[in-house]
Amino acid sequence: MRELSYAEAIREALRQEMQRDERVFIIGEDVGVYGGAFGVTLGLVEEFGEERVIDTPISELGIAGAITGAALTGMRPVGEIMFMDFITLASEQLVNQAAKIRFMFGGKAKVPFVLRTPAGSGTGAAAQHSQSLENWFVHIPGLKVVMPSTPYDVKGLLLASIRDDNPIIFIEHKLLYKVKGAVPEEPYTIPLGTAEVKREGRDLTIVATSIMVKRSLEAAEQLAHEDIEVEVVDPRTLKPLDEETIIRSVMKTGRVLIVHEACKTGGYGGELAAIIAGSEAFDYLDAPIVRLAGRDIPIPYNRDLEYHAVPQVENIVEAARQLARGEV
Amino acid sequence: MLNSRQKRELLRQMYTIRAFEEKAEQLYTLGKIHGTMHLSIGMEASAVGAIAALRPDDLILSTHRGHGHCIAKGADLKLMMAEFMGKETGYCRGRGGSMHIADVEGGNLGANGVVGGGIPIAVGVGLSLKMQKRDQIILCFFGDGAANLGPFHEALNMAAIWKLPVVYVCENNQYAMSFSVKKAFAIERISDRAAAYGMPGVTVDGNDLMAVYQAVSQAVKRARAGEGPTLIENVTYRWRGHSKSDANRYRTREEIEAWKQKCPIKRFRTQLIEEGVLTEEEADQIEQEAYATIDAAVAFAEASPEPTLETIEEGVYV
Repeated sequence: MRELSYAEAIREALRQEMQRDERVFIIGEDVGVYGGAFGVTLGLVEEFGEERVIDTPISELGIAGAITGAALTGMRPVGEIMFMDFITLASEQLVNQAAKIRFMFGGKAKVPFVLRTPAGSGTGAAAQHSQSLENWFVHIPGLKVVMPSTPYDVKGLLLASIRDDNPIIFIEHKLLYKVKGAVPEEPYTIPLGTAEVKREGRDLTIVATSIMVKRSLEAAEQLAHEDIEVEVVDPRTLKPLDEETIIRSVMKTGRVLIVHEACKTGGYGGELAAIIAGSEAFDYLDAPIVRLAGRDIPIPYNRDLEYHAVPQVENIVEAARQLARGEV
Repeated sequence: MLNSRQKRELLRQMYTIRAFEEKAEQLYTLGKIHGTMHLSIGMEASAVGAIAALRPDDLILSTHRGHGHCIAKGADLKLMMAEFMGKETGYCRGRGGSMHIADVEGGNLGANGVVGGGIPIAVGVGLSLKMQKRDQIILCFFGDGAANLGPFHEALNMAAIWKLPVVYVCENNQYAMSFSVKKAFAIERISDRAAAYGMPGVTVDGNDLMAVYQAVSQAVKRARAGEGPTLIENVTYRWRGHSKSDANRYRTREEIEAWKQKCPIKRFRTQLIEEGVLTEEEADQIEQEAYATIDAAVAFAEASPEPTLETIEEGVYV
């Protein structure tokens, strides 16, 4: 099958959906001729014009308000926040307005937008351009949170998200933009709330999100040489969450390692651990549930320090090995 | 210009707002209301005069002090009162309450519990109307307090650079909760800020219904013609406290009394009688009818069912 990078897959989804549905438009900082800070929207302004690929002033709250108001009155906007860190500036509109409008209005309105934003460290951009803040939004009823890990998933999930009638925080990872993978040319959707078993295994389950799926698959590959067979499950959407697939996998393997880049304390891993511990998988657990996550520190600038701030392949290998060998 | 029938209708709306809010206050005192409320008594000309300049299919965004906007936009008083009382039959099925009443079908895109919360949404609505080539405009109310928030700056700039069909109406009622505009602004007129965004800014006597109507009409005309937004400042005064927790420690009784002498309803009523639009008796009748419709709305709301517990999680997602 044809291969596309993660960034190209996003761009193709945007292009196909804008061709299909004239209510869809893109709005954000430097999304036009510049193509977005990571080049994701490159070329779209040439195809769809400045009326549908709208460059904004540096006004994150304004962007969030613009997509909220436009979605409330019949459009299906796709906003972009250049770095997830800057979503702090937009959060009033996302948290107090977009997420709550439908409920507060008794179910008589809807706010169908997608807000794309790149998260994650590894680019040397330090503490204010590297955060993974997904769990803040998971915590807000009314929002959905999507976190794709592959080029195939990002296309299908983005198309599904744009067609969804709810406000969606769509979290991309900067280090995944150049990663290539098979992506069908025709439009397709992946239903929100469906996890995927990315690799089957018998000895333990790794539940990982975003770039940690890729790192976990690499770790699983290494561990296979030690005769440790790891199952890797990617929730793909944090909210809604496909609990069943995760629970089924843990019941099969009896051991679970949760891996995410965001800081450990208050991170999504705690939620996953609680769900697993509270489910029928509890009786099948042969070891404590283990979380491997970002250190509870701001992302440092120095290359080595940055590298060690979040889980890397070797950390996953180590943690999984210990868990599989009953050393936890 | 407004004809006699329209002017009588506007007087009726002002009396209806006053009657609704007096009743709201009474119900609160009787312990029938759960939560808080923000009354716009004394500010009726701002809501009614501004919305009178709109077409029925135009849209508004309102504020936490939004009962007047809602009524002027043509809300069904029964559904509104039911929402105020938290009933299933209310506009928002009792989920929103006073601070979140919306009538999306009727063009009221909602009151807002966050000061300044509607200002950026208006950008999106304006953008949406423009992109869909719809001939409507969005009028966004906010208070003097909201004009000092960051969203005001981001949104007014965006509305201006894209020439969106937005009319921003700042209801300057002199206080952001307890903080006087005299302390909160180093400028005389909030509308002076419009110049910074390249849009017209107009300050009017917000207790003079016709002045508000004329200023907003100009702004609406401009917005509909694709010439962009306008910032209008209606200088007015809220007679009641910010909310029910307000003990009025930050202002004097004399000041409140002085503003009560400038009652926008009395002023418009006198004007209409002088113009020969109606007689004293007819004005009295309009007033009495307004209070009667509110009583009917209360009766409807009181007889309405509470939301059932089985529905508690409905409406979070589509």
